[in-house]
Amino acid sequence: MTDITEVPSPFCGIGTDDLTIRVEGVSLKVIENGCAVNTPAFEQAITDTSARVDGKEVSLETAVAKAAELLKNTKLPVIGGCATDVNGMRALLALADRSGAVVDNINFTGARNNFLALQDSGWMNTTLAEVKNRCDLLLVVGTDLEAFAPRFFERYLWNKEAMFVQDTSAREVIYLGKAPSGNASTSPNGQKAQVLESATEDLPEVIAVLRALVKGLPIRATSVGGIAVTELQILADKLKSATYGVVTWAAGALAYRQAELTVQTLSELIKDINDRNARCSGLPLAGKEGDQTANQVCGWTTGYPARTRFSRGYPEYDPFLNDTNLLLDSGEADALVWVHAFNVNAVPPATDLPLVVVGRSGMTFSKEPDVFIPVGTPGIDHAGHAYRMDNVVAIRLKKLRDSGLPSTADVLNAIEHALREETVC
Amino acid sequence: MLIRLTGGVVYDPASGIDGQQQDIYIQDGRIVNKPTGDFLIDKEYDLKGKVVMSGAIDMHTHIGGGKGNIARTLLPEDHRQDPVASTHICRSGCGHAMPSTFVTGYRYAEMGYTAGFEPAVLPINARQAHMEMGDIPILDKGGYVMLGSDDYFLRLLTAKKDQKAINDYVAWTMHSAKAIGVKVVNPGGINAFKFNQRKLDLDEQNAHYGVTPRDILHVLATAVKELGVSHPLHVHGCNLGVPGNVQTTLDTIQGIGGLPMHLTHIQFHSYGTEGDFKFSSGAAQIAEAVNNNKNITIDVGQILFGQTVTASGDNMRQHANHKLASPNKWVTMDIECDAGCGVVPFKYKDQSFVNALQWAIGLETFLLVNDPWRIFLTTDHPNGAPFTSYPHLIRLLMDRTFRNDVLSTIHPEAQKMTTLASIEREYTLQEIAIMTRAGAAKLIGLKDRGGLSAGNWADITVYTDNTDRQKMFEKPDYVFKDGQLVVVDGKVVSIKWGTTHVVQPDYDPSVEKGLKDYFDRYLTMKMGNFKISDDEITEDGRGSITVHPLNGDVA
Repeated sequence: MTDITEVPSPFCGIGTDDLTIRVEGVSLKVIENGCAVNTPAFEQAITDTSARVDGKEVSLETAVAKAAELLKNTKLPVIGGCATDVNGMRALLALADRSGAVVDNINFTGARNNFLALQDSGWMNTTLAEVKNRCDLLLVVGTDLEAFAPRFFERYLWNKEAMFVQDTSAREVIYLGKAPSGNASTSPNGQKAQVLESATEDLPEVIAVLRALVKGLPIRATSVGGIAVTELQILADKLKSATYGVVTWAAGALAYRQAELTVQTLSELIKDINDRNARCSGLPLAGKEGDQTANQVCGWTTGYPARTRFSRGYPEYDPFLNDTNLLLDSGEADALVWVHAFNVNAVPPATDLPLVVVGRSGMTFSKEPDVFIPVGTPGIDHAGHAYRMDNVVAIRLKKLRDSGLPSTADVLNAIEHALREETVC
Repeated sequence: MLIRLTGGVVYDPASGIDGQQQDIYIQDGRIVNKPTGDFLIDKEYDLKGKVVMSGAIDMHTHIGGGKGNIARTLLPEDHRQDPVASTHICRSGCGHAMPSTFVTGYRYAEMGYTAGFEPAVLPINARQAHMEMGDIPILDKGGYVMLGSDDYFLRLLTAKKDQKAINDYVAWTMHSAKAIGVKVVNPGGINAFKFNQRKLDLDEQNAHYGVTPRDILHVLATAVKELGVSHPLHVHGCNLGVPGNVQTTLDTIQGIGGLPMHLTHIQFHSYGTEGDFKFSSGAAQIAEAVNNNKNITIDVGQILFGQTVTASGDNMRQHANHKLASPNKWVTMDIECDAGCGVVPFKYKDQSFVNALQWAIGLETFLLVNDPWRIFLTTDHPNGAPFTSYPHLIRLLMDRTFRNDVLSTIHPEAQKMTTLASIEREYTLQEIAIMTRAGAAKLIGLKDRGGLSAGNWADITVYTDNTDRQKMFEKPDYVFKDGQLVVVDGKVVSIKWGTTHVVQPDYDPSVEKGLKDYFDRYLTMKMGNFKISDDEITEDGRGSITVHPLNGDVA
């Protein structure tokens, strides 16, 4: 039995790295600083240890050879999921380059709301340590922050000391849109967060009015999305007079069509405040289970985020057309490789196409894949790197146990090598 | 395997060889003396009439780290102009302003470059910088770690800690981030922007800490010198891009009091306020100051006309310039009580008065600084122009007729505001070799690189002499990396993985006491998880670390 301290988590996206985990053989128990997201993710038991082809246990080599054979004559294989560590993504992109595949991260449709705004007009953002030490006003838009990241408030807002905030418990939290599901946002001194509640679908209108108020434009309506304009005026004034205001949202929580325009309006509102001699920053929430990692590695390898195809020999990005589900539904795809090393519940979409799953041990399927290769989880079974939500910080994941499970990179590199040999011969 | 490069005309300033015909022998990746007695040549290259130089070294190029990846993500339309397909040996990717990592390696190698150094490694983002550079094939690489706007450092200054405490922190950070140099960007200015200061002159105080850029420069330059780090403090000065900043730059040179200092992309810091448009060239004053102060080295940060993207740690100045973004989209970030970044796409136009004069100011600087060992050829890739424009820039420097032909096409008012037409100097091949090879290796402190004498690693570039210097430098006949032939006729023929260059100055281990407390109280990561271990660079089986000696070490 060993207790490992200062364990970083690739699951929650906010880069918690203070977990203590007790290791007994291959079983893990989070004994300090767990949360509703991290604890079950770390404690998930290993079930499968050997690869399967057509439901029968085979050696890793046999499974790799079979996967390469399935990919050999495909015209448009899709590599979906894309949830792994940096080395796993490196191998995944090498395989995609070799096989002319489409690469598509499982959370891209949510992240697209951010990418489209970024690629159209940009933004001014900040990172977690700046929030922890500088933020005096946090505006949470359309997101149940504590459900997304249970320890966000404890770690980054209600920290006892901050370098530039005298009394952290006096920080102001305001929710716009969705109300919080619990009390994590209540200050240690008992001050509850203010909630300006509206339906999520009304947020485009609410944010548009808020931006207009920030810019000092006249608004004739008295209420928008159920929120009094006078309330929004107060919010606009608070944002403009904050010492270091922060606006946060989870792109995936803005679950309505063209939500990228909401992200864009928010980002432009933040810029407007900075052009009016005050500081304000955005803080997009993301980074769970390798989604930032996928976009970062795909970014430096291809120039584009992780919804990119290689079918013409070079990378082509299309945030709509390279969607796994779309390609499966349209019949354009002719094989699916599903890669998810973090979450046993993140199973591939239903398909009759040849299916190779490189997944976390413990994944179960309603329909057995042609090839299933259970892999280790980065940060548990092998060391690795994962990006936090703020995209700047890559955390060094630790190996906690000897499970003997191969890494995503081991498996995908082996398939790529096997495919290369088949192509050359 | 013994390789002989036979009969080439060698330009090797490191050995004082200026265009002499010489054979070069390569064994086990290194250049060796001609073996004595009988020996068998395994492979010979006939280089009669060819020009031979060591592999070129880009001492300031943004090739690794978060802001570069933001720049990539921001500009899909730029990548679509330059798709790069995979081949049987090369990976696919994209080119132009901010190429993908693999394409960065291929295109540098295809111009005869064998090393590039990322000048703005944020300590907290150093992992990413190394991971990106780890995916750049062929090139050796390294990074200068950014300090000066991080709150830990500013707290040390405010607490009046002694120079030794600063030195320990700088050395510890260089170890932790795996750096070969130290850079400061808009000294203290990135931090001041977080307190809503919008400009910070050399003697202006940070609103919270009360320290000035002048204080920061002096303390950091002293630390770098006392630690024995070869590369002088790498300085991106105050007031980047501001008309009149030539005075700031001259004051910065005077203010450093003789300490070694490298002023980077000095073109952006050489602007006067004369003329109808209140924008003029300060290049002559800067060149005079550089000529007179032997402790100063510079690189130019030449701008060249066309679309590019500027990616900088200087979020204060990038924010101030955001209205110039073309296309109109841009990003700034405050980062982890550590630093910041700003990414602003730019299109430099020859018919814009300001851009045209910027172009001329860069060239004036190149031509008016006398000592090629103290000036370096950069475009501050991608900020002034993508690195792929170097052959064009070399032609501008080596060919006065060509230079004046281009000059005659730029904005007419800019032509009147530059002395360029009257400058007769043309760079020689030897001077180009100094700026891009021997001088760069010496400046960074690279042992066994940048020269062609026995003992050096065999990073070698072979060109066909051509009076059109652009054609000559954009397509070498051969490039060898550590003795392996990687490029033939300007195309990659094999892949090799370069090393990561670092220095490891000593520090008092007790420095971690204060740091651990600071990390626990204020940062978002444990100190132990912050430090980059060697295996993070080597575990993929391709990377390696090369530790270079400090000044005063016995080689």
